[in-house]
Amino acid sequence: MALNRMRTTVQSAIAPPRKGETFELRAGLVSQYAYERKEAIQKTIMAMTLGKDVSQLFPDVLKNIATSDLDQKKLVYLYLMNYAKSHPDLCILAVNTFVQDSEDPNPLIRALAIRTMGCIRVDKMIDYMEEPLRKTLADESPYVRKTAAICVAKLFDLNPSMCLENGFLERLQELIGDPNPMVVANSVQALAEINESAPETNALQITSNTLKKMLMALNECTEWGRVTILTVLADYKNTDVKEAEHICERVVPQFQHVNSSVVLAAVKTVFLHMRYIGPELSKSYLKKMAPPLVTLVSSAPEVQYVALRNIDLLLQKQPEILSKELRVFFCKYNDPPYVKFQKLEIMVRIANESNVDQLLAELKEYALEVDMDFVRRGVRAIGQVAIKIESASERCVNALLDLINTKVNYVVQEVIVVIKDIFRKYPGYEGIIPTLCKCIDDLDEPNARASLIWIVGEYADKISNAGNILAGFVDGFAEEFSQTQLQILTAVVKLFLKKPQAAQGLVQKVLQAATADCDNPDIRDRAFVYWRLLSNTTDQNAPKNIILSEKPPITTTIKSLPPALLERLLGELSTLASVYHKPPEQFVGQGRYGAEALQQAAIDEQIQNAKEAPIAAAAVAAAAQGKPAAPQANAENLLDIDFDGAAPASSTEKPPNGMTGLEGLAGTPQRVASPAVGAPAPPQNNMDDLMGVFGGNTNGNTAASSSGFGGMSDSDIMNGFAGMDLSANHQPPPPQQQLNGGKKTNEDLLSLF
Amino acid sequence: MLSGILVFNQKGENLIFRAFRPDCRPRLADIFRIQVISNPQVRSPILTLGSTTFSHVKHENIYITAVTKSNANAAIVFEFLYRFISLGKGYFGKFDEEAVKNNFVLIYELLDEILDFGYPQNTDVDVLKMYITPDNISSAIRSVSSTTPGDSVSRITMQATGAQSWRRGDIKYRKNEAFVDVIEDVNLLMSATGTVLRADVSGQIVMRAYLTGTPECKFGLNDQLLLNQVGGPSYGEIGNRDGSRKATKAAAGSVTLEDCQFHQCVQLGKFDQDRTISFIPPDGEFELMRYRATENVNLPFKVQAIVREVGTTKVEYSVAIKANYGAKLFATNVLLRIPTPLNTAAINNRTTQGKAKYEPENNCIMWKIARFVGGSEYVLSAEASLTSMTQQKAWSRPPLSVNFSLLMFTSSGLLVRYLKVFEKGNYSSVKWVRYMTRAGSYEVRF
Repeated sequence: MALNRMRTTVQSAIAPPRKGETFELRAGLVSQYAYERKEAIQKTIMAMTLGKDVSQLFPDVLKNIATSDLDQKKLVYLYLMNYAKSHPDLCILAVNTFVQDSEDPNPLIRALAIRTMGCIRVDKMIDYMEEPLRKTLADESPYVRKTAAICVAKLFDLNPSMCLENGFLERLQELIGDPNPMVVANSVQALAEINESAPETNALQITSNTLKKMLMALNECTEWGRVTILTVLADYKNTDVKEAEHICERVVPQFQHVNSSVVLAAVKTVFLHMRYIGPELSKSYLKKMAPPLVTLVSSAPEVQYVALRNIDLLLQKQPEILSKELRVFFCKYNDPPYVKFQKLEIMVRIANESNVDQLLAELKEYALEVDMDFVRRGVRAIGQVAIKIESASERCVNALLDLINTKVNYVVQEVIVVIKDIFRKYPGYEGIIPTLCKCIDDLDEPNARASLIWIVGEYADKISNAGNILAGFVDGFAEEFSQTQLQILTAVVKLFLKKPQAAQGLVQKVLQAATADCDNPDIRDRAFVYWRLLSNTTDQNAPKNIILSEKPPITTTIKSLPPALLERLLGELSTLASVYHKPPEQFVGQGRYGAEALQQAAIDEQIQNAKEAPIAAAAVAAAAQGKPAAPQANAENLLDIDFDGAAPASSTEKPPNGMTGLEGLAGTPQRVASPAVGAPAPPQNNMDDLMGVFGGNTNGNTAASSSGFGGMSDSDIMNGFAGMDLSANHQPPPPQQQLNGGKKTNEDLLSLF
Repeated sequence: MLSGILVFNQKGENLIFRAFRPDCRPRLADIFRIQVISNPQVRSPILTLGSTTFSHVKHENIYITAVTKSNANAAIVFEFLYRFISLGKGYFGKFDEEAVKNNFVLIYELLDEILDFGYPQNTDVDVLKMYITPDNISSAIRSVSSTTPGDSVSRITMQATGAQSWRRGDIKYRKNEAFVDVIEDVNLLMSATGTVLRADVSGQIVMRAYLTGTPECKFGLNDQLLLNQVGGPSYGEIGNRDGSRKATKAAAGSVTLEDCQFHQCVQLGKFDQDRTISFIPPDGEFELMRYRATENVNLPFKVQAIVREVGTTKVEYSVAIKANYGAKLFATNVLLRIPTPLNTAAINNRTTQGKAKYEPENNCIMWKIARFVGGSEYVLSAEASLTSMTQQKAWSRPPLSVNFSLLMFTSSGLLVRYLKVFEKGNYSSVKWVRYMTRAGSYEVRF
């Protein structure tokens, strides 16, 4: 009966609003019949869910709070939590019921009362919370105690001083010693949160005694409680080797838990404490870690994705842990793309001499699929393997040549880009150049064209018809993308230096076109530099020495994170930061709740400034972005979607393609999808990549240069703004980023050669 | 942690909106709708806009979304969403739009219980069902007016938080029985040339326990490490696992489990120490453990597929399937899905056993064999005629997949050696064991 009634209720509530709906609801809420009142409350909640504002019913709903019906009570409480802020004065009417309920003989009701009180964020309510909270923290029922423990965190969020004055923190610390494991877990959780939002309280201090208690509770509490405890343990700085060993020993059994978040938390804890213990022991732990990690790969796709991103991090630190498990990462036909892409990256990471054949066969299979994006990544992976494993390079090149013969347009284009990288590592494969040149007419993507032209320029002396090929490109110079234009320019100059007679006319023509008819300053400037160099008469060899200088081979094309950032992210395993591979400040406003206040302050400041000096205000706004610390947060929050009235969905995220972050201000929604997907086929900057050899010198790691600012777009003009990039100012910037600004320009200059 | 849980239907209507922290604003529902539901390009389950992160899971015809504002634990978020789904299934049978709409009050109630301030609490279906009951007119605990809630409530709350939160103490059965089902999913990926690219088994052991009191159970498998440990010298330091595996590889009748995961009732510490599985089971059905095995996988079926594209208008199929198990056993519901090109017009087929049907909506031929006796081999030959298309696009050749279930057979070779029940009452109990192998993703490329 009741169920049926509810069903009709729901349907009627979902129907489009009729005239005077609020009126009807109000009539129902004050009806003399209990069931009508209950029905009206349900309808009100439904309307609330649909996003209608039913706050004007507040007094009428409140009248129903004193009820013996637990269902109805819960619904009224739900309403209260949502709308308390709209009627702070009336909340006082509910206080009495809450206080009464918190002394009810039924523990479920005591817990409900204290749980809800904490969620009603109104000063009046907080004033009355002290007594009930004190009582429930010492309640005989563990169910009430565990609820009260969380409530302390809620109270601290609202009114820290009250929490401190009443000694709730000390009570919470005592609860770590509670006999009930769930109370322990919730107390630890509450303390951890308080500690995070206000480190000065030192709320969560782990002594050997509390450590013992947490380890005891670990084996008994719920799965979620285990994650809580494990996370705290992971952050704990162990005092000596013995303690680290002890923690690892106690945590390792959790690898066998069925809940993957427990497994990941356990992996994190062991991984972080492992470095303090002996190499033998830590090696054995690494070995133990592999099977559970592999098991995670067969979980639900979303969980799998999180696991794969984390495995990627672990592999960057410990490349050998999964080297025997390559097959597990083979993509299934119906894996979602985000999982497939990540699996590909991991497979390349664990590739070694013994499994490379298997991997190549699999990658060739992928290159024949139909999903264009996936195919490209598959081809790219073959190239990465070739550069990673020297002994396999020949097989990889053969595989790539096979792919060229498929004549599938996008496969061929990607292969060309990949082969260009192979030449940068192994210049000896020049025998395949004729095959490449045959597909010259099929290439329509700037990246592929640029790559081929680079190859032609590089091997101009070996290719008999290099002049003809390049002449064709020079004829269509004006129609090319700037990225390709740059390469044409460089290649022609290289050709001229290698075969001066043959290319005399061509070089004239291209320099003329680049300087006279081209609007792009990069191309023009590069052409002028070449021109100067070539017309230099004092040192005949100068152009050759500079432009044809020997370039060191690249070491890898697999993206890796800079060590400092990696170290940081390993401490964030299984969190969002580990999924994005970015430090948390880059996507979280500083301080969880502080954000609101800061935001308000920022808005006030702007208004104030605007009043005083309209023009200066704009300048301040711009300057605010330049400052690193506090004003940073303001600027960020202006972009946040919490800011009513501004751009609805702009991002504070580091824009993936080397944009300035100013896009957000312009109101363009800037999405931060997960990285594997965020930049589908990232426009791997040709220039950056080709000439990254110079970056390689400064850091010994070319890959880092292409990953640190991976998608540095070809619009080099943007680099000028790199310094203003919001994210570049974050603390502490990884070393790679510090070099950022300087190196980019550096590279651009060098890329002339 | 979690700032809020939102549920949407496919049209983007917000069915459930429950904020756990003040930073989860109603407006976020609109943002999610615009940015994810009505955006066909979204391919990632995680999306961060500003400092708000939406993590969503799609189930049946609803989106279940978690909103987080901090650097939350992504693994928890998704595990929790999936737990929420299984909770919904446990309560309503099916967790879809209709179930949500019809039970929204109950769902709010559940959410209130399983998340506090965004931190997951006890999410065990059986425990929750004791105090959050599906029907509205029910037990004493729901009514506050029953002035003496007495023991029952406090016992429930004790249990909801206790060390053995999964079992009541006062269970009585006249006949003490325990059923053990070993269910294995075989995953296979075979290349076109017939080499096995990947073969593994993910198994689960489901137990139905109808036992009086608080019995302590010990469970034994023919797990190699366990056997090794029982027979040989003690299984000392952690590092020698690999060594011991090699040493006894030849030992017949034992399997190597790559990894196992246990229900929360199993004492993980004991397992880690000496590989014994001991536990106090929940009442009724539960999943005792899951495991993975990759070595010596017995593949029940061998499939050979020859597919030739003749010109642009015809594809010829010849598919042979052979059973690799004893003649006494038989598999049921064997179903082969043989993909066909998108522009298939008609199919001619002949089979030596079972029925084959072309299903244009799925672009495949479905070949069903109801009963497949061990050792036998069947063949399907077919010819697909294709309509010509103006734009010739290559056919992706998705892999052929097989479905089946096979009783009294384990691909990994796993056997239950014993199940011992110890209880104060010292009663005798009856145990039943059943084995089944099913197809997980059993795929053959061609």
